[in-house]
Amino acid sequence: MGKPMQVSRYWRHFKEKYRLIGGKCENGHVFFPKRSVCPVCGSRNIEDFQFSGKGKVLSWTIVRNPPSGFEYYKPFPLALIELEEGPVVLAQLTDVTPEEIKFGMEVEMVTRKIREFDEDGIILYAYKFRPPVK
Amino acid sequence: MGKLLKPIKDVGIVGYGAYVPMYRIKNEEIGRVWGVSSFPIKEKSVPGLDEDAITIGIEAARNALKRARIDPKLIRALWFGTESKPYAVKPSATVIAEAIGATPELNAADFEFACKAGTEALQAAIGFVGSGMAEYAMGIGADTSQGRPGDHLEFTAAAGGAAYIIGEKSSETLAYFEGSYSYVTDTPDFWRRQHEHYPRHGNRFTGEPAYFHQIISAAKGLIEELGYSPSDFDYAVFHQPNVKFPLTVGKILGIPKEKILPGLLSDLIGNTYSGATLIGISAVLDVAKPGDRILWVSFGSGAGSDAFSIVVQDAIEEKRDLAPKTMDYVSKKKYIDYALYAKARRKYII
Repeated sequence: MGKPMQVSRYWRHFKEKYRLIGGKCENGHVFFPKRSVCPVCGSRNIEDFQFSGKGKVLSWTIVRNPPSGFEYYKPFPLALIELEEGPVVLAQLTDVTPEEIKFGMEVEMVTRKIREFDEDGIILYAYKFRPPVK
Repeated sequence: MGKLLKPIKDVGIVGYGAYVPMYRIKNEEIGRVWGVSSFPIKEKSVPGLDEDAITIGIEAARNALKRARIDPKLIRALWFGTESKPYAVKPSATVIAEAIGATPELNAADFEFACKAGTEALQAAIGFVGSGMAEYAMGIGADTSQGRPGDHLEFTAAAGGAAYIIGEKSSETLAYFEGSYSYVTDTPDFWRRQHEHYPRHGNRFTGEPAYFHQIISAAKGLIEELGYSPSDFDYAVFHQPNVKFPLTVGKILGIPKEKILPGLLSDLIGNTYSGATLIGISAVLDVAKPGDRILWVSFGSGAGSDAFSIVVQDAIEEKRDLAPKTMDYVSKKKYIDYALYAKARRKYII
């Protein structure tokens, strides 16, 4: 048994993590993750917004000394992705080697395994980004 | 009523989608480690470190949705066939349903029947829609199958999957079902007990009484019930644990190799278990013409087969390009050696 899993903490964010659902305010500002107040205009009238999942790499780093729970995945790239709708997300890149990553590289969202909580815990799935298949 | 499985309403496929992980290991690389020099296939797919049957199912389901062009909230059932469930207890189907935005008003469950679970899920989806209970239902088959290191299954046990959305036959369906036929016997040719990491199999016993008997019986049963002959089919996809077995089935039934090869991918991606015939059919749909009739026969150890006859419709022409094609995934590949393969299959204790 490792640390407590806090299942509810992760469960609350499944929609955002699995599907890249953020927020859109009454004035058309979109943001990720969804918040109760628009970070641009302060509106509290917010609805769900489905991002297309397409974006490009603004910058990245290679994680070689990962935090606990991510050791088996090293080395892995962590990148700032500018979504085509504007917001920037921090996410792992997948199906790509460090040498293949370029500034401005086009990427698309996929839902992948983020980590497992030991042998007997839950499995977390969330967005990552990869070069488009075609 | 005869032995043919045919719903009250005619049903068809409104969307299909495949997915195969990009990593490949060559059979000769596995052979290098275990001292083997004759191989059943050329290379097989390997799931990435962050992939499992659920993530494979999600990408296949998303591709099927792109082609179906329907609101995922209209899907009333999502059935997921796999023998590599990430959780022993907790449905995989709910994760997939959540990831494609189909929750909460639907039925969801996981099916298991060795390599046949995908077509089991599909049969259920046909029944659900064909009875009028639901407008749309999705059947998925996906696996990250296990092979004991050094066992001959290790050369073929691979990863991949495909998803099919079933709806009532219309101008939106890209192929319709003429009928299906299921054949099942208790034949213990391959199994994995609770808490075991690897399956066991009956070596040669997996051939004649298991694979060939079930597939041939199901195929002949379907063809006879429909009043057809093997020459009425333009393509045939049989379960593909290797290259030799499905081609032998073709010989026995009198279906030429040319009709089997477009949907025979095992030489390039291995045996994707519950995904195998579903991916093979998706490769055929990627190239078939309206009017083509396709024979589709799965096989699962334990043992049994589901046989379907589908006829391609006009909608295929505009729908096939709405998502990546099967060969886009098959040809996008990165070779890994046995050390990285062992890492990807989580063989290291760290």
